[in-house]
Amino acid sequence: MDRLLFGDNQFFGVNHMSEEKARAQAMRFQDTSAIMEVLDIAYDEGIKTFMCTTHERIAEVCDIVREKPERYADFQFYPCMPYAHKYANAMTDYGMMGAIKRFMPDEGFLDAALRGGMSLARKDIEGITTLLIDAEMKMFQDLKTPVIFLQNVVVDLLLGLGFKEAFAIFADHVKKRYNAEPGFITMNLPKLLDVLDELGIENPIVCANINKIGFRVSGGVEAYEDALRNRKFRAIAMSVFASGAIPPKEAIDWVCEQPNIESIVFGASSRGNIRSTRQLVQENWKDAAA
Amino acid sequence: MVRVAVVGLGKMGLSHHAMINAHKDVQLVAVCDATAYLLDVLNKYTGVKTYSDYALMLKEVELDAVLIATPSRFHADMVRTALEKGVHVFCEKPFVLSVAEAEELTALAQQKNLVNQVGYHCRFVGAFQEVKRLLDAGVIGEVSHVLAEAYGPVVLKPKGSTWRTQRSEGGGCLYDYAAHPINLVNWYFGAPKGVGGTVLNKIFSKDTDDEVYSTLYFDHGKSAQVSVNWSDESFRKMSTKITIQGSAGRIYADRQECQVFLRDDAVIPEGYQTGWNVRYTTELTEPVDFYLRGEEYTAQLDYFVKSIQQSRAENVNSFASAAQTDKVIALMIADAEKGPATLAEGATFEPARKKRGFFGL
Repeated sequence: MDRLLFGDNQFFGVNHMSEEKARAQAMRFQDTSAIMEVLDIAYDEGIKTFMCTTHERIAEVCDIVREKPERYADFQFYPCMPYAHKYANAMTDYGMMGAIKRFMPDEGFLDAALRGGMSLARKDIEGITTLLIDAEMKMFQDLKTPVIFLQNVVVDLLLGLGFKEAFAIFADHVKKRYNAEPGFITMNLPKLLDVLDELGIENPIVCANINKIGFRVSGGVEAYEDALRNRKFRAIAMSVFASGAIPPKEAIDWVCEQPNIESIVFGASSRGNIRSTRQLVQENWKDAAA
Repeated sequence: MVRVAVVGLGKMGLSHHAMINAHKDVQLVAVCDATAYLLDVLNKYTGVKTYSDYALMLKEVELDAVLIATPSRFHADMVRTALEKGVHVFCEKPFVLSVAEAEELTALAQQKNLVNQVGYHCRFVGAFQEVKRLLDAGVIGEVSHVLAEAYGPVVLKPKGSTWRTQRSEGGGCLYDYAAHPINLVNWYFGAPKGVGGTVLNKIFSKDTDDEVYSTLYFDHGKSAQVSVNWSDESFRKMSTKITIQGSAGRIYADRQECQVFLRDDAVIPEGYQTGWNVRYTTELTEPVDFYLRGEEYTAQLDYFVKSIQQSRAENVNSFASAAQTDKVIALMIADAEKGPATLAEGATFEPARKKRGFFGL
């Protein structure tokens, strides 16, 4: 994995520190062209991996990248599925079963009917899960997606429910169908590692909050430090600035000092911030971004 | 270990199920829901014991507590049955749909010495807790006015019927959304003496309200304005906010931050200064053991569990406190039917927009 990954919260009005900041960004990034401007800056600064949700606006980004293969020769996506609000809203309106039905892909009808129908009848989630994954992945067709993530809202819900097999089903399908590595985003790192161990998912890619002030480090900073020191997994640190609460140099220096962190995912919306983040990381990790 | 059952596995119920199951001091002994299919899938993949009959579950399973997250119209009966069995109760909001039942169940819970808590999670949000702390310290002086708001993109078009679209079932903007800011006003300022100018208006819904506006009157000239709209797509998700005007300053808070303006004669708490002060969730919120959607959801369940373990006689979000909110809601419903208190000369008033058919016909 690249050392620096570019995240997408700023493009969708997501800011975990301030609703006002979130709204300002939602206003700024209404047009896909505004998103592409920032992605172009990041790409030219050597940050070539875009870790993004499967929001429908991303489909437009995919179209643009697909249309210009020379311009974006090294561009890769790390899709993070599903886009939580889409499902939460549907669940509220239609219940769990109704929501799932709404997101079944309508193409490959026979295949979907077969996978879905049999799956539903046997109360076997594998068919439905693979169908939903395929629906989410449609927008990335013919694009590089070497790692595919399951979003934290789903990961942590399944984790809490004890619905462990879903992780194995996700991992298997991602590997088989997309020849990609499965990744898991979570707010509860130690608990998730226990379950992935149990399932025999070795050396998994896991993305979790890792920052100097312990913001949303659920399960305790000590447990995270212990995990980084002693457990076998490939860590991606997110929320390294704690949504803006930690000054950049302090934030980056601290994260880069922690053992076993393979990559950092961060969000930014200006050339200045993108460049300075890259430089700060390169001061610590010499191999970050060309 | 505290033995808990979760009743109702909708959006909130499933989240509660996940959070309570992850709690180290809790044993989730059963779940109950009307959807047999969902129960079967859960049982198959997680091994949890499932029921579709609530009364049967209470009879067969050894329980310390229940978490009730069914549609609101079922709350009263289910709460009563649990209390009668000597089981502690956590119930989703709104508590119940009739003031009489709210009072009856409050008394029953107290008489039986059972922990009783309602899911008004805003009281577990760091920023709103900071507001409470500042108000208790009298930081902005004499409060004259409060603006209590909530906006979100829940109902954006006319649609089919679910329990949330029927006010009789506890659905609608008033019960579902407005209950949160109203509950905050109750927390900070108690019960109002009366309400006026209540508007419950349909925008897209057929059978229930989509926006709620009202004035709550308190003694000594203090008033609160409630302004709630769940048909606002400009909000990505629910946004609850409160603004409080005092003689010595002004406080604004939402789920993420607390902005405080202090005049020169204000009582300045430690770490604050005259002029603007801002505190963010990053400094106001304690991390939790298991996070799902927000610290406040875990924190309120953890509080419930600890209340049981410590036999707390009084707790945050008790039935008594939730009943206060139910009463305000009842007042608002009655008030809304009256229309404007003072009509302009010669004017007539049409209470509801004529419902147009789908194609404007």
